[in-house]
Amino acid sequence: MKQYSDVVSAYAIMLGLIILVGFLQSWSMALSILCFCLISAVMTMGANIQWGYAGLINFGIMGYTALGGLAAVLVSVPPVKEAWQAGGLQMIICALIIAFIIFIVRFILKKYKKSNNRNYIIAFVIIVGLIFLRLISGPAIHSIEAVNPATTGFLGGMGLPIVFSWIVGAFFAGALAYVIGKIALGLRADYLAIATLLISEIVIAVIKHEDWLARGVKNVIGLKRPVPYEIDLQTTEWFINLVAKFNQGTLSLITDSLQKQQMLKQLVIDGSTVFVKLCYAGLFTVVVVILLIITQKALYSPWGRMMRAIRDNDEAANAMGKNVVKQHLLIFVLGSAVVGIAGAMMVTYDGLFTPGSYRPMRYTFLIWVMVIVGGSGNNFGAILGGFAVWFLWIEAAPAALYLINIFTSGLEETNFLRIHLVNSIPYFRLLVMGAALLLVMRYRSKGILPEKIRH
Amino acid sequence: MDFINSIVLLLNYIFVPALSYGSQLALGAIFVSLIYGILRFAYFTAGDLMSFGTMFTILFTWYFQSLGINLGVLPTALLAIPFGIIITILYVLAKDKLIFSYYRTKKSPPVMLAMVSIGTMFVTQAIVRIIIGPFDRRFFDGEKFILKANEFKEMTGLNEGLTIKSTQVITLLVTIIVVSTLFWFLNKTKTGKSMRAYSDNEDLALLSGIDPKKVVMITWVIAAILATIGGTLYGLDKSFKPFTYFNNMLPIFAAAIVGGIGNPFGAFLGGYVIAFSEILITYAYKKFFIYILPESLEPDGLLQLLSTDYKFAVSFSILVIVLLFRPSGIFKGKII
Repeated sequence: MKQYSDVVSAYAIMLGLIILVGFLQSWSMALSILCFCLISAVMTMGANIQWGYAGLINFGIMGYTALGGLAAVLVSVPPVKEAWQAGGLQMIICALIIAFIIFIVRFILKKYKKSNNRNYIIAFVIIVGLIFLRLISGPAIHSIEAVNPATTGFLGGMGLPIVFSWIVGAFFAGALAYVIGKIALGLRADYLAIATLLISEIVIAVIKHEDWLARGVKNVIGLKRPVPYEIDLQTTEWFINLVAKFNQGTLSLITDSLQKQQMLKQLVIDGSTVFVKLCYAGLFTVVVVILLIITQKALYSPWGRMMRAIRDNDEAANAMGKNVVKQHLLIFVLGSAVVGIAGAMMVTYDGLFTPGSYRPMRYTFLIWVMVIVGGSGNNFGAILGGFAVWFLWIEAAPAALYLINIFTSGLEETNFLRIHLVNSIPYFRLLVMGAALLLVMRYRSKGILPEKIRH
Repeated sequence: MDFINSIVLLLNYIFVPALSYGSQLALGAIFVSLIYGILRFAYFTAGDLMSFGTMFTILFTWYFQSLGINLGVLPTALLAIPFGIIITILYVLAKDKLIFSYYRTKKSPPVMLAMVSIGTMFVTQAIVRIIIGPFDRRFFDGEKFILKANEFKEMTGLNEGLTIKSTQVITLLVTIIVVSTLFWFLNKTKTGKSMRAYSDNEDLALLSGIDPKKVVMITWVIAAILATIGGTLYGLDKSFKPFTYFNNMLPIFAAAIVGGIGNPFGAFLGGYVIAFSEILITYAYKKFFIYILPESLEPDGLLQLLSTDYKFAVSFSILVIVLLFRPSGIFKGKII
């Protein structure tokens, strides 16, 4: 048990901090931080599978997250019948054409030897295919987007419960990772980082601007929830009784029945938001625990040992007869699929899909700070990193305000410097992030919870 | 006549803007490439270093403007650039001393250094946003146009106008001066040659008595100079917004890799490759074909290969294609 003492104490401190937020700010705030911490933890686990187990740098995290979100939309939104009538057939034909192009290209690649002529033929096939695609899809997209553009204007989804999208998101992200891996995994570490970052930009550009798919930057709002709605809870008998039971002490102090009624109403409203977030936190915890068990098992299996051998010395592993390329591709797909789950979870929690808010340049690096700070190669470390860094990211602004107020207390309220500093509070979180990353890399280069080598 | 009109159209909407945008990218790509060649890591602070240098140039510009100093028809910022460069040099050297030198002496793997540069990226972003704020700022003054569309039409009697902004000409002139000085420095002077030797083969260079500290320091100085000049030119031409600069890191990296990373001349050309392909592929050619084709063949659509939404995606796709077929870049050549 002793070897887990640092893990337990680190997690205890983290939970204590979140509970402290509950007491100091509000429980609703603390729970939403917890939910996002859990989502970040899933993303970090995905990145950790790639970086910690296999030493692959994947800066394409936001692309997979967006695909997971897209899955949430495509699974949960009911299909738009008019749009399918307007252009559904053509879009299906387009999908077939794409499949056909891929098939032909694969056929040519397999059948003929490498030569310039082969490249020209492939380029010709792709260009002809693209021209056909544009000719067929152009009018179809136009008519789909014209269907009631204020609310729909897209094909819609399948109308299934949104929780399914967590699995579908994993498949989407995994499929993308397979394609990217086939293209880019042969590159050197830093090239791979940049290539994946750029590819994720392309993915997000497509999701943003193909309105027929998921309304693009017009956003999809009001996705169905896997948990009850606040409004319904507030009128449900058992919930009101539950709240009354919890707050018996406070309620019994009030003698006036009208006042008591109002007080209870307020408590029920507050309680309902907390209850909903609690449900989400429960669901997310289940996902994190399942993933943790699977990844822990994998890490200490013969397969995990092989992965670490490849990471530490791929030439030696290759010489031992391990297929490095295949294993790299496999782990790239697995890690990305986990990130895809996180993307679907995030959209589920928000209840809306806003492609404009996926900024690869910013959030990718945030996730990487989580991985490095938490401790790469250690799943507990990765989850802790997700928690700690997201907590810092949210709480850095209030903390900075507090500190600025202390340091500038000698200055007048209207002092130029003071006003300027207070206005730039949101940017102190960037400073905190940078400093945290630099300090951890310098003084604890293996992260807060370093990888444990078990032989 | 129609033929000349069509040429002017392309000049106005494709050639001139792409040339100035390409120059700005090229300056960034050269220093990313240099750092990659000599310090051997991907420098993720690139875009933010440009915004850092530009920020100080802007602050000095405002200071000069408040003193009533200006350059007449030229923007005051040109006068402020040297001061911005000095502060940026001090900043990168301090950063190297405090942060990067530790990992260099420890011989950390390049990936580690790239991660460290992400840390400095966050810090630099925070400094810029805390000092000047995240907002869009214009700091251009002086004469805006060298040639206005109307004047050109009157002068030549053509239907199409040609607009040349003074910032575009300044960008081009400054780029030519800076880049030719840089290549003269790298190819003709002793220090420049020692830098190339260091980049080619570190051990051999150390054996022949090249001082690595000096090489590293000069690399940082060149990086600071190029970052400040490139950033200021971009800001003069468009506008200064920290987030845009941060995003510009991607096309800059794309340019550096397309040109063959570690090869400054390749990076210089890579900047133009990226800029031209972005604009060529997203331009709507309808009007062009109306001019050159007979009336019966006039096109109906916009004749745009891809909508402008995919501007960034174009350059990245080119990068992906290059990485697939020629991982060492289009212009291989020798490593710096």
